[in-house]
Amino acid sequence: MYEFEIERPSSVADAVKALGQEDAQPLSGGQTLIPTLKARLAMPSVLVSLTGIKELQGVEMRDGALWIGGGTTHATVMHDAAESYPALAKLAARIGDPAVRNRGTIGGSLANNDPSACYPAAALASGATIETDRREIAADDYFQGMFTTALEEGEIVTGVRFPIPQAAHYEKFIQPASRFPLVAAYVAQFSDGVRVAITGASNEGVFRWTEAEAALSERFDADALDGLTLDGGNMIGDLHGSGAYRAHLCGVMTRRAVQAIA
Amino acid sequence: MPKDFEPSSGIGASSKRREDIRFLTGSGRYTDDINLRRQTHVFFLRSDVAHGRLSGVDTSAAADMPGVLKIFTGADFAEIGGMPCGWQITDKHGQPMQEPKHPVLAHEKVRHVGEPIAAVVAETLAQARDAAEAIVVDIDELPAVVNMKEAVKDDAPKVHDDLTSNLCYDWGFVEENKEAVNKAFDDAAHVTTLELVNNRLVANPMEPRVAIGEYDRSAGDYTLYTTSQNPHVIRLLMGAFVLGIPEHKLRVVAPDVGGGFGTKIFHYQEEAFCTFAAKAVGRPVKWTSSRSEAFMSDAHGRDHVTKIELALDAKNNFTALRTDTYANMGAYLSTFAPSVPTWLHGTLMAGNYKTPLIYVNVKAVFTNTVPVDAYRGAGRPEATYQLERLIDKAAHELKVDPIKLRRQNFVTEFPYATPVAVEYDTGDYNATMDKLEEIADHAGFEARRRESEAKGKLRGFGVNCYIEACGIAPSNLVGQLGARAGLYESATVRVNATGGLVVMTGSHSHGQGHETSFAQVVADMIGIDENMVEIVHGDTARTPMGMGTYGSRSLAVGGSAMVRATEKIIAKAKKIASHLLEASEGDIELKDGAFSVAGTDKSVAWGDVTLAAYVPHNYPLEEIEPGLEETAFYDPSNFTYPAGAYACEVELDPETGHVTVERFTAADDFGNVVNPMIVTGQVHGGLAQGIGQALLENCVYDEDGQLLSASYMDYAMPRASDLPFYDVDHSCQTPCTHNPLGVKGCGEAGAIGSPPAVVNAVLDAMRSGGKDIGHIDMPVSPARVWEAMHG
Ligand SMILES: Cc1cc2nc3c(=O)[nH]c(=O)nc-3n(C[C@H](O)[C@H](O)[C@H](O)COP(=O)(O)OP(=O)(O)OC[C@H]3O[C@@H](n4cnc5c(N)ncnc54)[C@H](O)[C@@H]3O)c2cc1C
Repeated sequence: MYEFEIERPSSVADAVKALGQEDAQPLSGGQTLIPTLKARLAMPSVLVSLTGIKELQGVEMRDGALWIGGGTTHATVMHDAAESYPALAKLAARIGDPAVRNRGTIGGSLANNDPSACYPAAALASGATIETDRREIAADDYFQGMFTTALEEGEIVTGVRFPIPQAAHYEKFIQPASRFPLVAAYVAQFSDGVRVAITGASNEGVFRWTEAEAALSERFDADALDGLTLDGGNMIGDLHGSGAYRAHLCGVMTRRAVQAIA
Repeated sequence: MPKDFEPSSGIGASSKRREDIRFLTGSGRYTDDINLRRQTHVFFLRSDVAHGRLSGVDTSAAADMPGVLKIFTGADFAEIGGMPCGWQITDKHGQPMQEPKHPVLAHEKVRHVGEPIAAVVAETLAQARDAAEAIVVDIDELPAVVNMKEAVKDDAPKVHDDLTSNLCYDWGFVEENKEAVNKAFDDAAHVTTLELVNNRLVANPMEPRVAIGEYDRSAGDYTLYTTSQNPHVIRLLMGAFVLGIPEHKLRVVAPDVGGGFGTKIFHYQEEAFCTFAAKAVGRPVKWTSSRSEAFMSDAHGRDHVTKIELALDAKNNFTALRTDTYANMGAYLSTFAPSVPTWLHGTLMAGNYKTPLIYVNVKAVFTNTVPVDAYRGAGRPEATYQLERLIDKAAHELKVDPIKLRRQNFVTEFPYATPVAVEYDTGDYNATMDKLEEIADHAGFEARRRESEAKGKLRGFGVNCYIEACGIAPSNLVGQLGARAGLYESATVRVNATGGLVVMTGSHSHGQGHETSFAQVVADMIGIDENMVEIVHGDTARTPMGMGTYGSRSLAVGGSAMVRATEKIIAKAKKIASHLLEASEGDIELKDGAFSVAGTDKSVAWGDVTLAAYVPHNYPLEEIEPGLEETAFYDPSNFTYPAGAYACEVELDPETGHVTVERFTAADDFGNVVNPMIVTGQVHGGLAQGIGQALLENCVYDEDGQLLSASYMDYAMPRASDLPFYDVDHSCQTPCTHNPLGVKGCGEAGAIGSPPAVVNAVLDAMRSGGKDIGHIDMPVSPARVWEAMHG
């Protein structure tokens, strides 16, 4: 690590102010940022810790949607969303290990937008709204490619509002080393249609599989996906699998998610 | 004879591991827990290119940075010896192997990613690291050689300019048999051929390496604290070959060590550096490897590419075996690297079978990668994997049952002299195979397969046998084979006045539980409580010259030395007892911690005898010395040959290619067993590593010599959820015939014996799904399986 200052504001307003300093960066659970700092791959001058901000904490129903504070840990979501949104709670339960789940937060995960992260798939498939200190962003506009989001410099994810689908399931096929998704599919069934989000596969990060959505909205049955394929050409190819393999897994994971619901 | 009862203490008892109290409560004392007064920290600046000419290392700006005490580069070590290699191989033409210089810090060239170029010693690690970033390194990059078959081509870039090529040696074994082997292939009724890769692994002990050098200016003494499996070996190699420090001025301490798996046998540059720098800086110098550094500086394991062929006659008897292996040495020769693909591999190619003719060819190759050396099993897993995959393939080609084909060719008479130089003293391979079939419930497999199929999964059953040569080794023999060391072991048994004992052993425990099992042996011999025996290890100042722990040798060789020393103690104690009891020495019996006169009720307790030895008022001083302390060195007359049969049952998801191990059964013959619980634990750990190699672990370089699997994000370690509950049995026991305990060694068996069973099971599962692909390389990852199923 390089040297940095740390600030611990207790309100979002103070955090935003602190983030106005040069080379300042928010620090939430640190499960992504701290390893990056230890490897000396980032050099922030000020870290603004979000963990002491009460208004970023919580899992509760607000206007028929499930609101989760941006600073809420995976472990808290796993417990507190278990009844209101079980598919999301189960997703949180399979992120990393207990240490990661007890520190890592939903805001950090969405801000980072790792192409293999879990929460982006849930947010996109649920049609969630990302709340920040200055605006609200629909998930469809928020994810803008690998490690890229609509967030501006110094903008903080304060919360996420998840409309609750009639049924949903997250099917994750793990990369054997990191245990992040190699490919995972989140299928959410709403009264007005089905949304399918895929993570882990594309060089563009999380994406909606619109052909699958159309087919499943027509008929919610795994067989409805027969004949649908994705092109492996722009998918991630690495030690753990080629683009073609990932494209194939997109189909398998989506099918299994549908089967788990149906 | 299978043992069907277990005593409550002494030999054969599952005594709880006494060392676990400190390991499990966080009170172990590992090298990194040691912090010396006025200690400084070193950071190594490591090469980020695989191959290049070092045209300049400018440390001037870095030297002025805060906290910096001294910066070292290759030039500082130019006059000092390089890292030594402990084994010289003679090639098939009778010529010695090519042995490159191995500098402490890179000089003139860098040869692998991770090679240290400069070392910054500073007040704090952060300051050292900051300064290292200010060092300006000029490297003229050269094309890297990574692929072994490319590396041996005439026009390949040379890793070492002063060698004639990248070929370290071309070894033929047994060269005199070559023609006869070829002829047997010409005459064969069937020949099975297999090409395979034994994947490169990173050992990944939980504790990364650490070294702390200390120099006492007033006495001129050096101390090195290090994470080593063999402190005396480090003292000898570093003192005599690198730094020129005589043994009496150098102490090496290896305290609690958190796993070694072979990779902590070797003498590393960081150890030599910290010892050297402690004097140059005038303060202790500490280095703790980060996990990232461990990936690119700990010696790697395996990495063989092999073509193997088996000749059979019309009755399916094995008539000859021929192998052609490329073995990766990496950029330099690590301490015992040359011995691994040769003497630890070629001599095991007979396996459990009476194949009369064998020829093994091994080409050891330099590449721009981290050095490769022994890793749990070292050479023997490579031999077992080739042979047991090949036999399975032969069985399927010939449409015979793979277990039957193995049984038909088993060695059944002992001692058995193999055509590859070793002589198996004892064994019963049918017994372990019988046991395996019973506990693996082979008969019930078809029903389980149907259950899996009902869930849309394929199920496969795979077996293999294994044999290993452990208890290394007869010193005169290994000397003839090129070892530059003896391989005996030592023990000093010190009896205290009130009867307690301290055993100072040259073996080293880094997870094996010696503090418990060694104490069981000595306590059993005397008939006293185990808690009266303390085991001391890991410090050259406290233990006699010993060769350390690797190759499943500790109980077989170190334990034997301890038995010999204890026998001397008992012999002397009987003399004292005979004096105290006024009886003739020949009539004295030792039982349950008391000496008695045969046929009488006269007796004297162990503690009375030991007290007499140190308070010799009533004592035969004219015949024997006071005191009770004895040392023994034990040099084995042969290797030991643990053997067994393993079975793996997998489920394969044909849609994703994901393989899960549903059952794993191990039937081992380790000879006599001192602590069954510890033996079971050793097998469990070995199986985790073997299954890890088969399904998950893979160390991968790209063609430029960049390490792709450089962290746990990409290097897949086996975890508890990847493994089934094992069925482990070691009730088949043919005791070793040539060591006093009749023990064979159990530390590596699991890692040696499990990869072929896993791969055989995967191929069986695929066949049941209509896909007969003949072979698949490890690790059998989901992507590989899926590609094979759909290729
Ligand atoms: C061993 C391990 C396994 C893991 N496995 C998984 C897995 O299976 N699936 C998965 O999805 N993830 C996984 N993760 C990642 C984990 O979920 C992280 O916790 C998460 O990605 C980042 O959250 P954090 O709170 O730790 O953020 P931090 O590390 O603190 O920050 C990450 C980034 O987001 C920024 N940031 C943080 N909070 C906010 C905010 N509220 N607003 C704006 N910017 C913010 C930071 O500045 C930084 O750039 C794993 C991590 C580890 C270490």
